[in-house]
Amino acid sequence: MANHPLWQLTLVRFREFLREPEALFWVFGFPLLLAAGLGLAFRNQPAEMLAIGIVGADSAVFGEAPSLAVDPFATLDEGLRALREGRIVLLVERPAAGAVVYHYDDTNPQGRDARMRADLAVQQSAGRADPVTAREELMRETGSRYIDFLIPGLLGMNLMGGSIWSMGFAIVDARRRKLMKRLIATPMPRSYFLLSFLISRLAMLVVEVGGFLAFAVLVFGVPIRGSFLLVIATCVLGSLAFGAIGLLLSSRARTIEAASGLMNLVMLPMWILSGVFFSSQRFPDAVQPIIAALPLTALNDALRATMLQGATLAHIAPQAGVLAVWLLVCFPIALKLFRWR
Amino acid sequence: MSATVLRVRDLRKAYQDVVAVNGLDLEVQAGECFGLLGPNGAGKTTTIEICEGLTPRDSGELEVLGLRWERDATALKQRLGIQLQETQLSDKLTVEETVRLFRSFFRQGPTVERVIGLVQLEEKRRSRVGTLSGGQKQRLALACALVGEPDLLFLDEPTTGLDPQARRQLWDLIEEFKRAGRTIVLTTHYMDEAERLCERVAIMDHGKIIALGSPRELVASIGVEHVVEFSVDGGAQSLDAKELAAIEGVRDVRAENGVVRMQVTALHSAVPALLAELVRRGIRLTELRTHSATLEDVFVTLTGRHLRDG
Repeated sequence: MANHPLWQLTLVRFREFLREPEALFWVFGFPLLLAAGLGLAFRNQPAEMLAIGIVGADSAVFGEAPSLAVDPFATLDEGLRALREGRIVLLVERPAAGAVVYHYDDTNPQGRDARMRADLAVQQSAGRADPVTAREELMRETGSRYIDFLIPGLLGMNLMGGSIWSMGFAIVDARRRKLMKRLIATPMPRSYFLLSFLISRLAMLVVEVGGFLAFAVLVFGVPIRGSFLLVIATCVLGSLAFGAIGLLLSSRARTIEAASGLMNLVMLPMWILSGVFFSSQRFPDAVQPIIAALPLTALNDALRATMLQGATLAHIAPQAGVLAVWLLVCFPIALKLFRWR
Repeated sequence: MSATVLRVRDLRKAYQDVVAVNGLDLEVQAGECFGLLGPNGAGKTTTIEICEGLTPRDSGELEVLGLRWERDATALKQRLGIQLQETQLSDKLTVEETVRLFRSFFRQGPTVERVIGLVQLEEKRRSRVGTLSGGQKQRLALACALVGEPDLLFLDEPTTGLDPQARRQLWDLIEEFKRAGRTIVLTTHYMDEAERLCERVAIMDHGKIIALGSPRELVASIGVEHVVEFSVDGGAQSLDAKELAAIEGVRDVRAENGVVRMQVTALHSAVPALLAELVRRGIRLTELRTHSATLEDVFVTLTGRHLRDG
């Protein structure tokens, strides 16, 4: 067993990977940093205070108005300058006792929000009573936050990058060094060489996906509502599909430059189109069928559905199908085209 | 000990616009060290890689260890030891890990420790390949060729790019394999390497063998024992090649880059005669060298070019 060529080849894959500190960082460290950074930037904050300014009005009017921070100005000019500079989002001017003027940018949602709140306070203090009583019930549920949307997308993106890069670089490097030619001069079965990439990739997946998901669940409380096994199975299928694409991309290239250009060409559109950082629904309807056929879209959608909505295998069958097609089309073509020397 | 382990008949191989091997015949006997000597581009590597099963041939017959690549590739690979030109083994693996990897491909052969001992890399066992010197890397490549206890060892330019000390160390190793009775086919463009290591040498040029025999036979075949090279003040133009050729014992006179090169059969009479001639004409000698004829001289005689010229 210890001296089986497939085992030795797989060991080589691990050794080469683990002895490359940069690779370790990009595969394991970077995704965590990215998730942490984005999670912090887009965390849900308590309702924000809106800064407004007043000229010639009594600040007591806004005393009970929620979410408003009131700043009195001596002159209209001073107030308008503060508004232009963005220090306040609304300036309330009382030219006379029975009149009010609101200065604000109506394209700024915060300005519109502040105007409504300020107006309510002004009108209520002047004696307006609400004919209908309203009660508020707040719902801040996990699973609908940005970080919940982001984590499955980042996971999919990492699986794509990890599979394509690790496959592509190691293969092209072995070809460039003529190491591949040297290996096929030995009795080594060629399938073992390719299999070793597959095995090491899947083993690495355990650490990669496990670490990332543990981080997301423990630090951000991202839910995994569907079957954990299905999430893992989806990751494995995704990795295989991207591994096949990586193999295809590196099947001919003789230099790292040629291969990395090709890989970026393939991955860049998916980073943008496949709903990693924002929903792919934002793109026009006409291109939606194309976006849906991309492997990263399929992987991201399947991961989101399983993790956030608790989807079962039946629900994500279309996405699994897309990934399977990519795998079954790319792998044989890659083998056919593969340049061994 | 006279079984034929490699038989090549009318081998041909052309790339897009170059004919690399042009009708080559070759026979290598068990237990001998056979050298393919020639300048860069003579077709040595193409020939050896066809024999190794790495490059398909266009036509011709090829039998290795009595087997054929078309039929017996798997069995053949188990019995060959191969060292390619310019293979860069993975820098991040250690010597031992690299040898263990290659050992795992072969059904039988010595232990990893023994192979590392054979190429004298014991002290570097746990060092990464990336930290090895050129000579150590080449010895490691040799170790990877030896892991299957090969019946036939192919070495493609084993010492190219090495410093003189590393070359001599590698030669010592190869001589040890020869003593162990291994059959070796090696390519080289160093005539001293071929002279020192090979029982028989085939001189290749333009995809063909232009001379074949033991180094001694080949040198004897040009009928010249010595070569005299000299240069003079004012350049070689001031000399008349015909007059020099008229000196007794001088056979062939060529002037190249200001150096006159004469093939000489009788050194003891030709050199004094040359000196006397120069004195008589008042020409000052700036440099004078003589050496016994070598394979280099054989190549020059046959092709008019030097091995290094490529």
